Amino acid sequence: MTTPGPLLSARGLHVTFPGRHGAPEARAVDGVELDIGAGEIVALVGESGCGKTTLARSLLGLVPPTGGSVSFAGKPLAYNSRALKAYRKRAQLVLQDPSGSLNPRHTVYEAVAEGLRIHGYGGDEQAAVAGALARAGLRPPERFFLRYPHELSGGQRQRVVIAGALVLEPELLVADEPVASLDASVRGEILALLLRLRTELGLSALVVTHDLGLAWNIADRVAVMYLGRIVETGTVEQVLTAPRHPYTQALLSVLPEAPGEPVVLTGEPPDPSRIPTGCRFHARCQVLASGEAEEAGVADACRTRDLEVLAGSGEGQVACHWARARVTT
Amino acid sequence: MTLLEVRDLTVTYPNGAAAVRGVDLSLDSGSKLGVAGESGCGKSTLALALLRLLPAGTEVGGEILLDGEDVLKMRWGQVRAVRWAGASIVFQGAMHSLNPVHRVGDQIAEPILLHGGAGAAAARKRTGELLEQVGLPTARARAYPHELSGGQRQRVMIAMALACDPKLVIADEPTTALDVMIQAQILRLIEQLVSEQELGLIMISHDLAVLADTCDRLAVMYAGRVVEEGPARAVYEDALHPYGKALSGAFPRIGDPASRFAPRGLPGDPPDPSDLPSGCTFHPRCPVALDGCEVEDQWLREGAPGRRAACVHVGAAVRSTT
Amino acid sequence: MTTDLVRATPRRLAWQRRRRSAVRFWKQYRTHRAGLVGLAALVLFALVALTAPLTVGSDVTGVTDAPGNPLEAPSTEFPLGTDRFGRDLLGLVVWGSRVSLLVGLLAAVLSVAIGAVVGITAGHFKGAYATVLMRITDWFLVMPTLVLAIALATVMSRSLGTVILAIGVTSWPTTARLVRAQTLAVESRPYIERAKALGGGHWHVMTRHVLPNVMPLVLAQTTLMISSSVLAEATLAFLGLGDPTVISWGGLLQDAREAGAVSAGDWWYLVPPGIAIAVVALTFTLCGRAVESVLNPRLGVAR
Repeated sequence: MTTPGPLLSARGLHVTFPGRHGAPEARAVDGVELDIGAGEIVALVGESGCGKTTLARSLLGLVPPTGGSVSFAGKPLAYNSRALKAYRKRAQLVLQDPSGSLNPRHTVYEAVAEGLRIHGYGGDEQAAVAGALARAGLRPPERFFLRYPHELSGGQRQRVVIAGALVLEPELLVADEPVASLDASVRGEILALLLRLRTELGLSALVVTHDLGLAWNIADRVAVMYLGRIVETGTVEQVLTAPRHPYTQALLSVLPEAPGEPVVLTGEPPDPSRIPTGCRFHARCQVLASGEAEEAGVADACRTRDLEVLAGSGEGQVACHWARARVTT
Repeated sequence: MTLLEVRDLTVTYPNGAAAVRGVDLSLDSGSKLGVAGESGCGKSTLALALLRLLPAGTEVGGEILLDGEDVLKMRWGQVRAVRWAGASIVFQGAMHSLNPVHRVGDQIAEPILLHGGAGAAAARKRTGELLEQVGLPTARARAYPHELSGGQRQRVMIAMALACDPKLVIADEPTTALDVMIQAQILRLIEQLVSEQELGLIMISHDLAVLADTCDRLAVMYAGRVVEEGPARAVYEDALHPYGKALSGAFPRIGDPASRFAPRGLPGDPPDPSDLPSGCTFHPRCPVALDGCEVEDQWLREGAPGRRAACVHVGAAVRSTT
Repeated sequence: MTTDLVRATPRRLAWQRRRRSAVRFWKQYRTHRAGLVGLAALVLFALVALTAPLTVGSDVTGVTDAPGNPLEAPSTEFPLGTDRFGRDLLGLVVWGSRVSLLVGLLAAVLSVAIGAVVGITAGHFKGAYATVLMRITDWFLVMPTLVLAIALATVMSRSLGTVILAIGVTSWPTTARLVRAQTLAVESRPYIERAKALGGGHWHVMTRHVLPNVMPLVLAQTTLMISSSVLAEATLAFLGLGDPTVISWGGLLQDAREAGAVSAGDWWYLVPPGIAIAVVALTFTLCGRAVESVLNPRLGVAR
């Protein structure tokens, strides 16, 4: 790849939403550092409400950050409309629900050509649309031009959405739960498409998901998010086969075919408007509850001392007092 | 003892869509049956048919014997009694199945008052018990649906389904749209309730891994028919039917190097129930289809002891393909 | 069909798509009997109005060379009798349809256009702008439309333009409210976010996504609004606030009242313009209802 350094990088990113009716403000993204290299697929996993969707949107400039910065290809992102428009030609969003993300009154052709029209494409629009549809696996593309979204199956709709993103020849794709609302047999096909785009076009991707199997299927690197912050990051093999953070361990243990006794965390994920002091996971942490953290001598730190923000680069890191104590001893 | 016996059930919608085309199932009390399949395969229609909840004008054929009585031949009064006391459904999408303007406690108490003939005080007491059974504090009875999280709402739905002590619970995608952690909580809860109360459970999902983990037996549906049936673990780990194989491969086992950078799926889309392919309905998407599959329909047959599949490759001679 | 699509240009594709949706619209519309009756009556009225210069000619309005005697009862020569100047009333009613329909149409278009612009912008730009705009809308909504129109028509010079303006600027708030509600619903759909992520600005979102989705509503609203505009024009003319130099149905009614036709029992002077107003209003309402039920997204047949 020609550009040295990461394609996209977030530094100390914060997104805070004001609380309604006097409620405290919600820190949806609370200090995140994340790099995505050229041609790299990064999976961002976490439960709903952990801030992963907000993070993805703020990386695309759809939600302005309240602190920190996002830079793309080495340049910090500017938030004026001209700069954002130029950025949005290079970074594309694919949403979860393909039925909702296509305007029911637009044909497939119009939906795919939309990006070209917004950016004033000078070349052969029809050829570009046909090319994008073919690359997204809708062949022959001409047969789909005049179809309406409701005439397509879920998998085909998601392919149209992906084609609409591809037509601008972006460098980065941000996909928010790209297969969550698709049928099981179609899911693999869409994931294979994302992988093929990476090999054929060198596309980088950030895939936001709660599905760890998806990360195993396609991602190079995984970042586990909990309550606005990344708590564990590293290569997929590292994180998913030898998880170090108790939260990651718990997430993996409840998967149906996981070995060992499942660790079912009690309660719902806590509220981003009331982030606990100390380690943000300590209230639900099974390691702290079982007394193992006490044995390792970190129980006080867990309750009182917040952990620093993990660096965004590739190497494996974990934000957990207990896991670190285990490594050093 | 056999709680539910479905014989050659067919359902045809008024628009001509054959949603269910000859399904046989049987379920003992205290056991759990998983029905797997994708959208449009008829699994939700099957669930609705069991309680005669299908829209008017739908043609239903075959027999549904619940405790030996045919649900399809019952008078309406009996059906109404069956709907709560005999069998009940936990729907997917708990947000839409709860009335937003009523407290959840009142919604749980409603069937008790309607069907149980209990007084208001008794109903309130029972509601409290039910909430505790599903792991919610009794005080949550006074909450409105929007005040609860997704997992809590699903628990309320389960409490409603249990309100009149049914013998059979049908859970239609009970954990879809829930996070893995909440999903695990709900599945544990369902398992625990089934074993405690000797219920029969039919769980419907597209996630074979979840079903294999929760259920005893598994039926895989495709285009309105059961194409594979057998013990849950066996079907999940070594499916006889190519569609069963594809479904179990769709959700990878983490740590399995074979699925790393190799997501598996099936080309093509689930068939349209009003325009089904000829012969074996799976042949257009089948990786191991033979020439004859285009014309020759397949029926369930014994593939291994206690296991049946509807595929040309299954049978005495072609056992080697698996 | 697929083979010639390969060579099709985007323009032709768009045209083809429009033709398809027009055909689909007509198929749906045809199933509404009341709508068909309304449409037939509408075509008839339009023909009468458009061909009036050939059938009756503009000299029918001349007061000086009136063909008959004042206030003649219907006869073979004058099927609807004559007015107080001896003019042929049938000719006047036919001639008056031109003004009534023109004013109704233009005023409705103006009113719906204002309403759509206000509704879409208020729905799209939230915040202070929308709040101010909606308060203004509310203010117009609670003001009695007729009183406001009368006031406007009184202070401005008497012309057709004034009447159109007076009706147009007083009757838009309902449309604005409806369009805004629909805009808010559309804006919450994921495809709006997709369009923004593609780089689409406010203009793009409003014209390419919101407008096509509120268009059915706007169309239906226009047809319904025409009938009330025809009524409003007649009311203003009847109250003597119309353009005195042109003949309209409302103006004819006013003439009749001034000539004492009500007390004298000259029914032929009053009934024809009255019935014409009622029938035209009914016609547009029938069409509007049919269009609404075909296009209304909430009825699930929109496209």
